[in-house]
Amino acid sequence: MSQQTVESGPAATPAEPAPRKGKPALSEGKRAERRLGWLLCAPAAIVMLAVTGWPIIYSVWLSLQRYDLRFPDQREFVGLENYVAVLSDGYWWTAFGVTVLLTVVSVAIELVLGMLLALVMHRTLVGRGLVRTVSLIPYGIVTVVAAFSWFYAWNADTGYLADMFGAQAPLTEQIPSLLIIILAEVWKTTPFMALLLMAGLALVPDDLLKAASMDGATAWQRFTKVMLPVMKPAILVALLFRTLDAFRIFDNIFVLTKGANDTSSVSMITYNNLIKGLNLGIGSTMSVLIFIAVAIIAFIFVKLFGASAPGSDQEGRR
Amino acid sequence: MGSTRTGGRSGVRWRAAAATCAALVAAPTIAACGSEDGIQINVYYAPEQNFQSVIDKCNEQAGDRYEIVYRTLPRDADGQREQMVRRLAAEDSDLDILGLDVTWVPEFAEAQWLEEWTGENRSDAEAGVLEGPLSTAMWEGKLYAATKNTNVQLLWYDERVTPEPPETWREMIDMAKDLKSRGEPYEILFTGAQYEGLVVTYNTLVSSAGGKILSDDGTEVVMDQGAIDALELLKEVASSGITDPSLTNAQEQQVQQAFEAPDSNSAFELNWPYVYAAIQEANPERAEHLAWARYPGIDGPSRVTVGGYNLAVSEYSQHKPEAFEAALCLRSPESQKFSAIKDGVPPTIESVYTDETPLDPDQPEDAANNPSMATAYPMKEVILEELEDAAVRPLTPVYQNLSTITAKVLSPPAEIDVEETAQELRDGLQKALESKGVLP
Repeated sequence: MSQQTVESGPAATPAEPAPRKGKPALSEGKRAERRLGWLLCAPAAIVMLAVTGWPIIYSVWLSLQRYDLRFPDQREFVGLENYVAVLSDGYWWTAFGVTVLLTVVSVAIELVLGMLLALVMHRTLVGRGLVRTVSLIPYGIVTVVAAFSWFYAWNADTGYLADMFGAQAPLTEQIPSLLIIILAEVWKTTPFMALLLMAGLALVPDDLLKAASMDGATAWQRFTKVMLPVMKPAILVALLFRTLDAFRIFDNIFVLTKGANDTSSVSMITYNNLIKGLNLGIGSTMSVLIFIAVAIIAFIFVKLFGASAPGSDQEGRR
Repeated sequence: MGSTRTGGRSGVRWRAAAATCAALVAAPTIAACGSEDGIQINVYYAPEQNFQSVIDKCNEQAGDRYEIVYRTLPRDADGQREQMVRRLAAEDSDLDILGLDVTWVPEFAEAQWLEEWTGENRSDAEAGVLEGPLSTAMWEGKLYAATKNTNVQLLWYDERVTPEPPETWREMIDMAKDLKSRGEPYEILFTGAQYEGLVVTYNTLVSSAGGKILSDDGTEVVMDQGAIDALELLKEVASSGITDPSLTNAQEQQVQQAFEAPDSNSAFELNWPYVYAAIQEANPERAEHLAWARYPGIDGPSRVTVGGYNLAVSEYSQHKPEAFEAALCLRSPESQKFSAIKDGVPPTIESVYTDETPLDPDQPEDAANNPSMATAYPMKEVILEELEDAAVRPLTPVYQNLSTITAKVLSPPAEIDVEETAQELRDGLQKALESKGVLP
């Protein structure tokens, strides 16, 4: 989904001037057209509200209740009691710590590898299409399928990787498990990162780089003083998308460890309480907390670092 | 573009949108009332190789009154429970008969998802059923399911390594240590991964030690001396170097494979009866010397945790009388005998164990083509012996929570600190009973 947003970015920018021109005077026809526009949007907007807005409100409402599907008669309003229960619980904070660790480490590695991959894809002269396609393969594989490959590769009985590294059963211990989860995440999403960064690289004018090398800038200096500043908006957007994604990590953990040995992420523990435990109150509380955490991450990126959505005004100004 | 035309067009769009919305909303209802011709009874049940044959026979009996359809659930227990729970929470009327693991009946009953068995149906479902398995189908004195099959773990050993099987854990530990020092296969294999299997092992140990985890009505944590002794034993076994090194990764399948492996280092395996059929193909040489005995006890004879499946009728079923009838057929003595011989699942009806007629009573008995309980199920006496004095996992609607917490606290077994772990279990289980705590 996020990929589409990015790709539509460059296309959206040139289309923008059109409405601005129509601003000063609105003829009757224009007004009717505008009304039609609203009417055409309305069904989509209403459906969007119904499928996103309502569930959010409903989860908040559920999170304020004691509501266990197994005890339908004991349903009652408990205020913030569920929040106290979750926020004072060791399991939740362990999962939170694991999630933050996985997010920070995997996004950092992805940024570095993604940048290298983007440079390679950008610079390739021969078989550019082939190189780009090949490097995107991991991203095209369903996460659960890839996770199962990793699972069997690291399994003590069936795994060639476990054999190769002489590990007994790496997925039964916390640290090795976390490393394998990070490996699976990085392998899977580095191409996505590279794709976003490549879009940024395309924005760096060749003249600028040539001028810099005329002035005697080394390759490293050209990279840090010219390319990175120009690419900053693209990098921030890439980081924003990946951080939000990584924070909600679920499928890799679900397949690789099922959250055993303290490897649960917040999404995993929410799933355990909501779907397995049937505790709608506690589970919804966790969903709301994840929602808040994600909102904070987005806020930090957008307001403090100045990341902007691709195609928005700020980006165009550059 | 004239304004009237635009307005007219937008009106059409509106109607189209409204129609689409209506279709979207109505779609599930249409799908739900799909089969109008004849009654369909959907059985949601775990994968079982020859269960379709049982269903076919029951369909023959039903004539054209209804047709039973087998809807296969996922292979793993969590996946099975999740699918049913999700659909029941949405009041899905497609579910008629539910295949419930023995630990789920109180939970589903308390959530008001199950139809109670009463009158003649109840007396039919209870007739001749062993006490342990039957208690797993009850909740608060009412019957909510009919037992389909049960299960108990046995001690499997290699008669070349140990001609005489150990009767208690103490003997088994000593034998394993002795074998190890003599350089012979010595490992004791059991399910030690952080999952339900570890809880089954612990529950067996607690019951064998005469202890209790919960009070009888399932509302309070007891964790008495027996439960403490069991912790101590579990720790000792796991930390004395006499188990598989990947104990904390061992589920049923890993245990089975470790025992079957050609260079197996194991002397004892604690596992379900299905391993008997599995080893015949995987390791015919060891299969010849495979022997079985009652699960080792602690002071006296063991009390072993029962597993298995029960059949229940969904509260939301549209065809309850037919569903009860179909469920009774699927777990009748004939069906249970067929499933035991063909799929290796132990019957819950006592008389099936002593049934000597082969599958086709008109033909002579023949181990390959017309097996009987005696030829296909040589360990039936030991199973029956264990079942007559079986242990049941705590009966409570929050069993799933108890199990998750117990598995978590007991893992890894080698690092159990008896006092501390017991306290942790007490606190965690109490919270889980109130369904207030957070699950790991």
